Amino acid sequence: MADGPVAELLLRRLEASDGGLDSAELAAELGMEHQAVVGAVKSLQALGEIIEAELRSTKRWELTAEGEEIAREGSHEARVFRSIPPEGLAQSELMRLPSGKVGFSKAMSNKWIRVDKSAADGPRVFRVVDSMEDEVQRRLQLVQGGQAEKLGEKERSELRKRKLLAEVTLKTYWVSKGSAFSTSISKQETELSPEMISSGSWRDRPFKPYNFLAHGVLPDSGHLHPLLKVRSQFRQIFLEMGFTEMPTYNFIESSFWNFDALFQPQQHPARDQHDTFFLRDPAEALQLPMDYVQRVKRTHSQGGYGSQGYKYTWKLDEARKNLLRTHTTSASARALYRLAQKKPFTPVKYFSIDRVFRNETLDATHLAEFHQIEGVVADHGLTLGHLMGVLREFFTKLGITQLRFKPAYNPYTEPSMEVFSYHQGLKKWVEVGNSGVFRPEMLLPMGLPENVSVIAWGLSLERPTMIKYGINNIRDLVGHKVNLQMVYDSPLCRLDAEPRPPPTQEAA
Amino acid sequence: MPTVSVKRDLLFQALGRTYTDEEFDELCFEFGLELDEITSEKEIISKEQGNVKAAGASDVVLYKIDVPANRYDLLCLEGLVRGLQVFKERIKAPVYKRVMPDGKIQKLIITEETAKIRPFAVAAVLRNIKFTKDRYDSFIELQEKLHQNICRKRALVAIGTHDLDTLSGPFTYTAKRPSDIKFKPLNKTKEYTACELMNIYKTDNHLKHYLHIIENKPLYPVIYDSNGVVLSMPPIINGDHSRITVNTRNIFIECTGTDFTKAKIVLDIIVTMFSEYCENQFTVEAAEVVFPNGKSSTFPELAYRKEMVRADLINKKVGIRETPENLAKLLTRMYLKSEVIGDGNQIEIEIPPTRADIIHACDIVEDAAIAYGYNNIQMTLPKTYTIANQFPLNKLTELLRYDMAAAGFTEVLTFALCSQEDIADKLGLDISATKAVHISNPKTAEFQVARTTLLPGLLKTIAANRKMPLPLKLFEISDIVIKDSNTDVGAKNYRHLCAVYYNKNPGFEIIHGLLDRIMQLLDVPPGEDKGGYVIKASEGKTDEPNPELVKVSGGGYTLFLMKLVILIWDFRKKGR
Repeated sequence: MADGPVAELLLRRLEASDGGLDSAELAAELGMEHQAVVGAVKSLQALGEIIEAELRSTKRWELTAEGEEIAREGSHEARVFRSIPPEGLAQSELMRLPSGKVGFSKAMSNKWIRVDKSAADGPRVFRVVDSMEDEVQRRLQLVQGGQAEKLGEKERSELRKRKLLAEVTLKTYWVSKGSAFSTSISKQETELSPEMISSGSWRDRPFKPYNFLAHGVLPDSGHLHPLLKVRSQFRQIFLEMGFTEMPTYNFIESSFWNFDALFQPQQHPARDQHDTFFLRDPAEALQLPMDYVQRVKRTHSQGGYGSQGYKYTWKLDEARKNLLRTHTTSASARALYRLAQKKPFTPVKYFSIDRVFRNETLDATHLAEFHQIEGVVADHGLTLGHLMGVLREFFTKLGITQLRFKPAYNPYTEPSMEVFSYHQGLKKWVEVGNSGVFRPEMLLPMGLPENVSVIAWGLSLERPTMIKYGINNIRDLVGHKVNLQMVYDSPLCRLDAEPRPPPTQEAA
Repeated sequence: MPTVSVKRDLLFQALGRTYTDEEFDELCFEFGLELDEITSEKEIISKEQGNVKAAGASDVVLYKIDVPANRYDLLCLEGLVRGLQVFKERIKAPVYKRVMPDGKIQKLIITEETAKIRPFAVAAVLRNIKFTKDRYDSFIELQEKLHQNICRKRALVAIGTHDLDTLSGPFTYTAKRPSDIKFKPLNKTKEYTACELMNIYKTDNHLKHYLHIIENKPLYPVIYDSNGVVLSMPPIINGDHSRITVNTRNIFIECTGTDFTKAKIVLDIIVTMFSEYCENQFTVEAAEVVFPNGKSSTFPELAYRKEMVRADLINKKVGIRETPENLAKLLTRMYLKSEVIGDGNQIEIEIPPTRADIIHACDIVEDAAIAYGYNNIQMTLPKTYTIANQFPLNKLTELLRYDMAAAGFTEVLTFALCSQEDIADKLGLDISATKAVHISNPKTAEFQVARTTLLPGLLKTIAANRKMPLPLKLFEISDIVIKDSNTDVGAKNYRHLCAVYYNKNPGFEIIHGLLDRIMQLLDVPPGEDKGGYVIKASEGKTDEPNPELVKVSGGGYTLFLMKLVILIWDFRKKGR
C-alpha cells in the first residue's frame, strides 16, 4: 500500500534521481507546499529503511511584501522621479503621493531631483537628471529570481535595513535511497493477526520494530499491602522452623493475662494510664481462672517457687481491669497456661504475629497500634545458648547474620537479652529484637513442670518492614492515609535477598 | 529504662583510667548498660532552646547511660563506678554496715493518722559526710531518679533529706488537716498553709505532677521535729528550715510511702551509695522508727541475704560448662560475693542490700551469664521436635488475601482504633447499637473505640486517595471487636472481610461479582435450597447518604467467624 500520492511521487523521483533530492526543491518542482513533502518524508521514514532523510537547514533571502511591490512597481524614489514633469511639481503636491515622503528624501540624496524654495507659489521640485537607473528594483528582481548571491553583502544588508529583504531559515530534508529502497512500499504491520497466520501472509509482511524505550501497559491487578506481605514471610519463616501459630484474636485482654500472669507487678509503670489503653466498657474481665489467680497473687505478694516475690498487696480489682493488650505475650501466657493443663507435658514451639496497642506519645516511628512478632519454645532443659541458637537461625532467614546480644531487663524474662544486628547502611549496631527465658515465677504458677524452660523473643513487624521498603514515617506505611500508589508499586517481600543498593550520587 | 547522665571526666577519674568513647560503649554493652548519648549541657540547651540560650552553659562532656529499670544501684555515678570497678575486678565490693550512734538514737514516731494516707516511714542518718559540688548534685539527682522510677513518681515512696544539725529529735510522722499545716517550704521566703501550697504548686512545672497523690485526702502527711519544725510534707515538698547544702555534715533521711518494701529499698540505696563520703566509709547510723502500735524497728535494714545455688544448675540454664569456682568468681564480679561450699557443687551467694533486683535463682543465673559474656556462650539448637500448625482462621485469611488480590482488589491496612463518630454517626447508626468496646483514657478522639466494622477505614482510605485514577477497588481482612458477655473479658474479635468499589458509576455488578467470586472460592453455592448463600437487603438504615449495606450469609461460614459486608456507595453521583 502506497502511503499517499506525495510519497509515491517522491519515491519515483528519488528512483530517477542521481543520489538524492531536496525536499524543498521537490516541492517547488511539483508546485506544492513544502510541508506536504515533509509529511511524506516522515511517513516513509517511519517504515524503516526505505529512505534515508537528513535534516538540513538552509538560509535563503526572500523579499518582504514591500520588497515584492518594489520589484514590481519600482522603488519609491524612482516613482517620485517619474511623477515629476519637466516643468516641476509643487512639493506639497508631491508629498501627497503614496511614495512621496520616502521617495523624496531618497531621490534627493541620489541627486535626481532638486527643490526651488524661491518659487512664487511655494517650494517646487524639479528633475536634475533626464533619466536614472532604478538599482533597488533591479536588485530585488535579482533576489526574486533566486540570484541573491549576485548581490554583495553590503547591498543585501542595505535592503534588509529598508525591510525589503529578509533572511529566512528553511528546514529541508535531503532524501536518499535507504537500504530497503523500493518504490512499491507497503506499510509495516504492528500486529500479527490471525488472518496473516492462516493465509501465511505474515511471511512477506514487514513488521514495525518494537519500541523498547516506551513503557509497557501495566496489567490491571490487585495488590497486597507491603506490611502484610512481610507478615506472610515471617509466618512462613516460623512455619519452616516448625513453630505452631497461637490464637491471638482477642484485642481486649484483662490486666491479669496482660500483666499479672507475666509476673509484672501491679505498680509497674507499664500499667500506667499513660502507657496503656484501659477500657470503660467492658471495664472488667468477667471471668478469671481463680485457682491460678490465687497462685499468681501469692507469688507476687509473698513469693514462692524459690522467689522472694515483690512483697506488696496484690489486688484482684487491679487484675480484672480490661485493656487493649499491650503485647502478644498475653496470648503466649494463655497458650502456655493451656499447655500446662495438659498432662503429660509435651514440648512446643509457638509463634504469633498480631496487633498490640500502646497509649504512648506518637511520632514518626510510633503509632498507638503496631504488630508484634513473637516466638516461644517450651521444653525440658532449654538454655540461654539454645535461645541464641534459635535466634541465629531465625535472623539468618531474615538475611541478618551479624548478631550480638546485650544483657537487658524485662519484668517477665530472666535472663533477658536484647538482640543487635550490624546495620551496613548505618554502620552501627541496631536493636532488632528482645528476648529471654520466662521467669519461674511466671511459669510455675501456671502448673508447668519445674525443669521445663521457656525461651521467647519478640520484635515489631513495622520496623523491619520500614527498613526493607525504605520508609521513614510509619504513617506512610500503615493506616488510611497511606498513598495507594505505594501499595501498587511495592515489590515482593524477599527477606533473605540482598536489598536493592541505594541510587549512587551520579545516578541521582 | 532510666537514663543517668554523668560527667565523663569525673567518671573516668573515679574509674581510675580513661576510655575512648568506643571502649566505654563496649564496656557498657558487655555489662548490660547502653551508652545512649555523648553530649554536654551546652548541647542539650542548644538543642532544646537554641544557641543563644546555650551561650553560657557548660561544655563539659556528659555521658548519658541507659540503666536497666531494676538496677537502682546504678542510678548515680557512685553506683555505676562501684558496679563497673567490681565487674572489672579492680575493687572488692564494699560491705555496708549499720552502726548505733554514740549518743541517743534518732527516733521517728509514726502516729496512727497516717494509716489512711501514707502509712509507712523509714529513716536513717548519714554522719560526718563530706560533700563537694559534684557529690551534692549527684545526691540530689539520685533522689530524683529514684522518685521517677522505683518510687513511681513519689506515689509509692517519697524521699526527704535534711540537715540534722538544724533539727532536734525525736521526729513525728503524722497526718493533719491541710489548713492546720503551716511552714516555710523549700525555696520560698515565707510560711504558707498546706492549702495555699497546693494552689501555688498547681503552676509549678515540677511539683504539679505529685499533687494528685494527696490532694483530695482529708489529712495530709507531715513530719515535725520536737520543736514543731516541719521537715517535710511528703510526697510534695520539704521544709526550708532543714534544707541540706554542700556544707551539710549530718543528714537525716526519711522515706515515707504506701509500699513498705520499696521504702526500705529506697532508703538502702541512698545510704549505700552516699555513705562512701562519710568519715567512716560505708557505715550508716541507724534510726529507730516507732509504729503506731508501739512496736519499733531500726533502719536502714541493710540486709545481706544468703542464697544457695548449685553450680550445675547455672551451667544448665546458661548452656556453659564452668567449674563451681569459676562461677563463684563470675558472680562475685557482679557484686554478688560467692563461694563454693558443701559438696563442691554448691555455691553460696551473698545478696547485698544494693541488689534488691535479685529475688530468685534465675536472677543469679543471669548475672553469671553476663559476667561470662553473653557473646561467649556457644549457640546451639534445641532438639525440640514439633510439627507446625497454622491457626485455621489465619490460614484461611492468608488464602483469601491472595485470591482477593488476584480478583483485582488492593489490600489496605487500617487502624483497629477509631472515633465513635467513625463507627456510628458517619454510618447513620446509634453508638449504643454498635456494641463497641470503649476506651476509658484516649488521648484523642481517634482512640475512643475499637472498630466494629472495617468500613470506616476503607472509606477513609478512599478519602485520602481521591487523586488516584479510578476505579479504586480495595479490601481488608482483619479483626473487629464486639462486646460479648459470653467471653471471659466481655468482648470478642471477629474476622471481617470488607471490600469497596469506588468509581464514577455505581458498579453494583462488580461488587456483586466479587461476592460471587468469594463464595466460589469458599465453595459455597448460590441458592438457599442448596444450602448455599442468598443476598438480602440489610435491615439497617439505607437512606442516603448512608451506604447501602447488603449482608450475606450462608454456607456455614460463621464457623470461621467470617462475616462479609459488601458496600455499594456512589459518592460522586450523590454530589460529594
